[in-house]
Formats: sequence, C-alpha cells, structure tokens
Amino acid sequence: MLKKLIVFLLIGTLGYTLAVTFSSIPIGANRIGSLDNPETVAAYYLDKSPNDLKVANTITAVVVNFRGFDTLGEVSVLFLAATGLASILYRKEEEEEEEENKRHISHRLNLPSSSLVQTGAKILFPLILLLGIYVFIHGHLTPGGGFQGGAIIATGFLLMLVSYKGFKNNHKIMVWLESLAGLGFVGVGLYGLIRYGSFLQNTGWTGNLNDLVSGGLIPLIYIFVGIKVATELTNVLDILLNIKSRRK
Amino acid sequence: MMEFQALFEQYRDLITIAVYGTAIALIVIGLYAVLMKKHLVKIVIGLSIMDAGIHLLFVAIGYISGGTAPIFSPGNENAGARMVDPVPQALVLTAIVIGFAVTALALSLVIRLYKHHHTANIDQLNSLKW
Repeated sequence: MLKKLIVFLLIGTLGYTLAVTFSSIPIGANRIGSLDNPETVAAYYLDKSPNDLKVANTITAVVVNFRGFDTLGEVSVLFLAATGLASILYRKEEEEEEEENKRHISHRLNLPSSSLVQTGAKILFPLILLLGIYVFIHGHLTPGGGFQGGAIIATGFLLMLVSYKGFKNNHKIMVWLESLAGLGFVGVGLYGLIRYGSFLQNTGWTGNLNDLVSGGLIPLIYIFVGIKVATELTNVLDILLNIKSRRK
Repeated sequence: MMEFQALFEQYRDLITIAVYGTAIALIVIGLYAVLMKKHLVKIVIGLSIMDAGIHLLFVAIGYISGGTAPIFSPGNENAGARMVDPVPQALVLTAIVIGFAVTALALSLVIRLYKHHHTANIDQLNSLKW
C-alpha cells in the first residue's frame, strides 16, 4: 500500500514537472533563426550540409559527419548488445539436455510453417534485401540510412528464419562481414586522421548535391554502418530464435 | 501550405496539449509499468513505452509549423529556411538504436532468469533478498 502511494506520488511529480516545463515551450515556434547568419547548431547544420558537404539529407550529415564519432560509439553499443546477448544466452549441451528432460516444450514450435508462407517468404526475401540495400546506399539522399536499411535487411532474415526451420545463417560469412564493416568504419576514420589530421575528417571532394556519389566519405560510412547493423540484428534474431529449436 | 499554417495557428493550444500530453502520458505510463508490474516482460515493455514517449517529445520540440523534412531533395534545394530542426531527429535516431540494444539485453536477461527460476514474477525471484 505504501509502495503504491510512493509510486503514484513519484509519477504525479514527474508528470506535473514535465507538463509545467513543456507548457512554456511553444510547439511549432521557429527556434532555428536565420540561415545566413547561423547562431544555432541547427542553422549551422542546415547551412553547411547542402552548401559545403553537398549532402541532401541533413540528418545523415549530422549523424555521419558532424557527429560521426558518436555514431561509431553507437555502432559499438549495438555490437556490445549483440555480444552480451550471445554470452548471456549461451549454454552448454548437457545443460540443454537436462532442461529438455525437465520440461516438455510444445511441439508446435518445431513444426515447419505452411507451404504458402514458405513460398511467399522465398519470393519476398530477395526483394526485402534489395529494399534494405537501396535504403542504406541512398542514405544521404532520401529518408533512411544505414540503421534503417540494416533493420529492413534483418526483417528479411527474420522472415526466412520464421518460415524455414532449417534455415541457417552462414555464421562465418556473417562474422566476417560484421568485422570488415566495423574495420571499414574505423579505417575511414583513420584515413581522415592520417590524411587531414582529424579522426573521421571528410574529404575535400564532395561532388554535386543530389548525386548518388556525393558527400565525400558519407555514403561509404553509411554503407559500412548498414552492413554492420544488418549482420548484428540478424545475429540477435538468430540467437533469440534458436533458444528453443536447438533442443530437439 | 498557407491553409495548413492558418489551421495550425487556430488550433495551436489543442495541438500543444495533444502532442505534449501524449508524450508525457507515454512516459508516465511506462514508468508506472516499470515500477508496479510484477512480470519481467511487462517491465521491459514499460521501458520501451517510456522510450517512445521521450522520442515523441524530442521530435515535437524540433517541429516548426509548416516546416518540411530537412532533406534537400531535387526541387527543394533552397528550402532550408522552412525546414524543421534536424538536431532532435538525429538524436532520436541514436536513441532508437540504443533503445533497441537495451531492450534486447534486458530480454536476454529475462530469458535467463526464467530458465533458472522457472518464473518471471519478480516477487518470486527472492534468492538475493535479505
């Protein structure tokens, strides 16, 4: 009872504080200021992104160029999450057999899905991969980018994992792809460090606005991020789905 | 465009209450679930709901009435003056990915706890209680 009271008091205080704070911030007001004489970060980004970097999608420019180091950290957090998941859920064979004897898992989980689902998945899978690759290659031109494209590709793998019980990812290729993508990201950063004197520094060459090859190193970095996110999410799904099907 | 602006000005108070209200309600509901629910999976769902509320709050702060997405697509090259704030959107992109990582790790811990104790009720997971 006391716990309930404390919780409601806490929630009420939080809600009230947030409401009071945000009621003084008008929605839809222009807080960016003029772009010709940028005084805010947003105005600086909106000014620099199309004019200096020639990147159409300002958010990509912010994520990959202006805050590129942050994105490298973000990718490592994702990698750590995948590794942590694998290490927490890893168990030895004997342990599994013991568990299997203790409880009977529903046999439904081990049945294959219907042929309708399997045929549909087979047709959709390459198209989903294509869409994902399109999204991360065009990350600097259209809404989307490495993280979104990677997530789309992982949904394709999820579809295959759900519809085919025997579907196995080639772990060797996955690990290699992931490592190479991560190394590629760091390599691009080191290239900037050696060539221009600061980590992840973009090249001077930027191309034209709205060209596929524009923005210097930004598309390259987002392709690496896309591959890395796709393989990591696929690994996470693979681990989570194989907890049960591993015991036969 | 002008019609939208006029409509937005007309209903500004209502929109403010609706957007901020939804975001704050999501945060509060998520916190309630985290603090009061007994089932571990429900607690993780509460964390995700809180995440969604915070993302909504971020994007709402960055909105500028009548603004377009901050993308200089063909035919839109000189529209920089009427674009919404790109900074909160970039931060939300980061926050979504971190939220995913947190959820995945939390769920794996839940699975491990469930396998060890054969229950996901936090009241029964009392082996560390003293």
